Amino acid sequence: MQFWIIQGLNSLSLGGLLFLLSSGFSLIFGLMRLANLTHGAFFMLGTYFGATALRSYDGLNIWVTALGAGIAVAAIGGLFERLVLTRLKTNPLGQVLVTLGMSFIISDACLLLWGGDSIPVPTPQNLQSPTRVLGFVFPTYRLVLVGCAVGAAIVLYFLLERTRLGAMIRAGVDDRQMARAVGIPVSNLFTLVFCLGAGIAGAGGVLGGPILSAYPGLDADMLPLALIVVILGGIGSLLGAFIGSFIIGFIYTYGTALFPELAYIILFLPMIFVIAFRPQGLFGRVGA
Amino acid sequence: MKWIAAALLAALLVLLPFFAGDFYINLASQILIAAIFALSLNLLVGYGGMTSLGHASYLGVAAYISALLTSRYGWGHGPAAVISISGTTAMAAFFGVIALRATGLGFLMITLALSQVLWGLAYRMSNVTNGDNGIAGLTRPMPFGISLDSAASFYWFALVVTLVGFLMMTIFASSAFGSSLKGVRDQPRRMAALGFNPWMIRWITFIYAGFWGGTSGLLYVYYNKYIHPTSLSTTSSAEALLGVIAGGSGTLSGPVVGAALVLLLKNYASAYIERWNMLLGLVFLFIVLVMPTGIVPGLRKLATGLCRGSR
Amino acid sequence: MTPLMSIYALEVINLKKAFGGLSVTQDVSLMIRPGERRLIIGPNGAGKTTLFNQISGDMRPNSGQIKLFGSDVTHFAPYKRAHFGLSRTYQVITLFSGDTLEHNVTLGLLGLQPSRWQMWRPLSFYGDLATEARRILDTVGLLHLAEHLVSNIAYGEKRRVELAMALAQKPRVLLLDEPLAGLSNTERSQVKSLIASIPRETTVIMIEHDMDTALDLAETVTLLNYGRVIVDGPRDGVIADERTREVYLGA
Repeated sequence: MQFWIIQGLNSLSLGGLLFLLSSGFSLIFGLMRLANLTHGAFFMLGTYFGATALRSYDGLNIWVTALGAGIAVAAIGGLFERLVLTRLKTNPLGQVLVTLGMSFIISDACLLLWGGDSIPVPTPQNLQSPTRVLGFVFPTYRLVLVGCAVGAAIVLYFLLERTRLGAMIRAGVDDRQMARAVGIPVSNLFTLVFCLGAGIAGAGGVLGGPILSAYPGLDADMLPLALIVVILGGIGSLLGAFIGSFIIGFIYTYGTALFPELAYIILFLPMIFVIAFRPQGLFGRVGA
Repeated sequence: MKWIAAALLAALLVLLPFFAGDFYINLASQILIAAIFALSLNLLVGYGGMTSLGHASYLGVAAYISALLTSRYGWGHGPAAVISISGTTAMAAFFGVIALRATGLGFLMITLALSQVLWGLAYRMSNVTNGDNGIAGLTRPMPFGISLDSAASFYWFALVVTLVGFLMMTIFASSAFGSSLKGVRDQPRRMAALGFNPWMIRWITFIYAGFWGGTSGLLYVYYNKYIHPTSLSTTSSAEALLGVIAGGSGTLSGPVVGAALVLLLKNYASAYIERWNMLLGLVFLFIVLVMPTGIVPGLRKLATGLCRGSR
Repeated sequence: MTPLMSIYALEVINLKKAFGGLSVTQDVSLMIRPGERRLIIGPNGAGKTTLFNQISGDMRPNSGQIKLFGSDVTHFAPYKRAHFGLSRTYQVITLFSGDTLEHNVTLGLLGLQPSRWQMWRPLSFYGDLATEARRILDTVGLLHLAEHLVSNIAYGEKRRVELAMALAQKPRVLLLDEPLAGLSNTERSQVKSLIASIPRETTVIMIEHDMDTALDLAETVTLLNYGRVIVDGPRDGVIADERTREVYLGA
């Protein structure tokens, strides 16, 4: 019984991580119609930054690290968007290909800088002691991760639904031409959203470090999960990304626990159902 | 003029083993395999306008089926090849139904996700696929009792298969069906209004591309006598895509040139540069930004420009 | 029971279409006889092209029926309706710009042929298709441009190629969506005489803004506004009708 409850918590924390990963992806796809294949690499970059920072400076606060890494990754993303992606406005296929190329560059750079061994990331000291809830013992950090995801979701919700910036983003998602026609600076918005998405991924990477560790290939492990979450939840929908992340978190965790060899098939099945019966995803507003 | 060049090239290809050493013959075999793989992907990308990032699945699955049937279950190469190709083609039909629920970027994402699933399976199901160790110690078939173990004999075998494939895909491209495929790529609504069934055309092409992808997979596993999950990976699909686009999608020689280029870069660059993937990524960026239509169309433009200038 | 041959070439029965809260087609019914020349007019946003899109299958109505010669095609995909004899041109040019005029018209011929599935023979093998394509280009006066790429010809010529493609299908019902849009005076009279020369075996339904030219071609007229049929009937009656004047001169 304890085992299944622990798995439940693991599912929630994985779901939380997946939300941090895929919310940015969903935003970028929703507004820019771009399948950002660099997204896994942005996440991994954050994990590596976090690993180095947290291991080198003993008392470093993980939140500060996450913020710092988020900003750094956002900056890299922004440069990439301005220098490369904007030149390919008329070539959507080319845009996807360069994000693929960029993911190769980043992942190899990580290999070059940090080597091929997996680097474990220490759990922050003040969150190391377990929490007791209803007689069960839970690793505190995992609970905190879920809180982070919820917090991020709330912040993003406010940003999108209650600010003028959010209104502009939503207008751009619904109808890019019209948004431009009413004077919304769509091109600047693109850069901003790309930075935001990359930044969230980078910060998420730091926060995921204690659970996942930093290792070469983390980007290739995370990207398909982001894809599946967004296909399931619907492109351009924050709610979809949120719910989809937790559904996938549960499916992946319980699936791997029960049928370790078939983990990918178990992930695959909900995706097939969604595509077969509801191609726009659970909450999608934008067609693929 | 074109026929003379083609005949010369054909002669060169056939006679290669007589004047080149084993190293170059083997390299040529690898290029042929990469060429067929790239050409099969080009059916989707160039002629169909369907960019797939999961094409390595067909190469890998065909290779694995053949490897497993021959090494673990003692099947002969003939029956193994038949099951391998038909199994891969059936998988393409199934995947096609799923992937074609979307177009454009959605299609790309689905093909990527599907191929990642297969890769994950190859990696995780170690009791079947041997996981990260791959399956080694495989043999090459003996068509009509002829051994393919020497570099030259395998090369000629691969050459025959590649030429047949190239020919069939050339005819396909200029056939009625091929024209309808290109039409669906350019103006799907118009084609539907004219009476063409866009979904069916795309699906059949998807299956055909899977068939030739599987064929290249068989050549691949016969050549290497070894198969590993990396051959199913996104990197493998991406290399093929790079080859097609760098060479020039939508042309016949483009993918061949591009595939050869990627292969040569990979073989030579990795001797000097440890981080081959980074180079691959940079080449991707360069090609897409500077030469979006690819090398072959670029050279053609250059050639026509020079011809005009010299008059 | 053998299906009765309907007396109508095209029937649109109580068609309704709404996008969210916006109703674009409100209970539209049309009965068009074989060989008829029907003009559909209405101000911008009246829902004319949306109506065409539902007839051709590019859009699904929320309710209502569409029948071609008595057969219910409401749930048929666009390509299936083409096989029922429906053909259309678009407001926007949707030609294959990288291909020659001859190839464009050949595709128009190929769509209804079983040989369109042929993978093992080059298209050039089908000489009769090429001959027919050139004949059709001749009827629209563009044979001299047969080898030219569509991207290199004038806008008016492109409109004629569109028409040629649609006629290549030998349609029983032809939908023309603003065929005269953007044309110069000479081009307009060329296209007009082409439309006038379409054989009676083809029923022609036309959307047009340029009323002066279009009214000459029309026998019956339907006036749409805000997705609803306002007036429907013989041309002269509709022109004289007060409601027509109201719609065009505003309230």
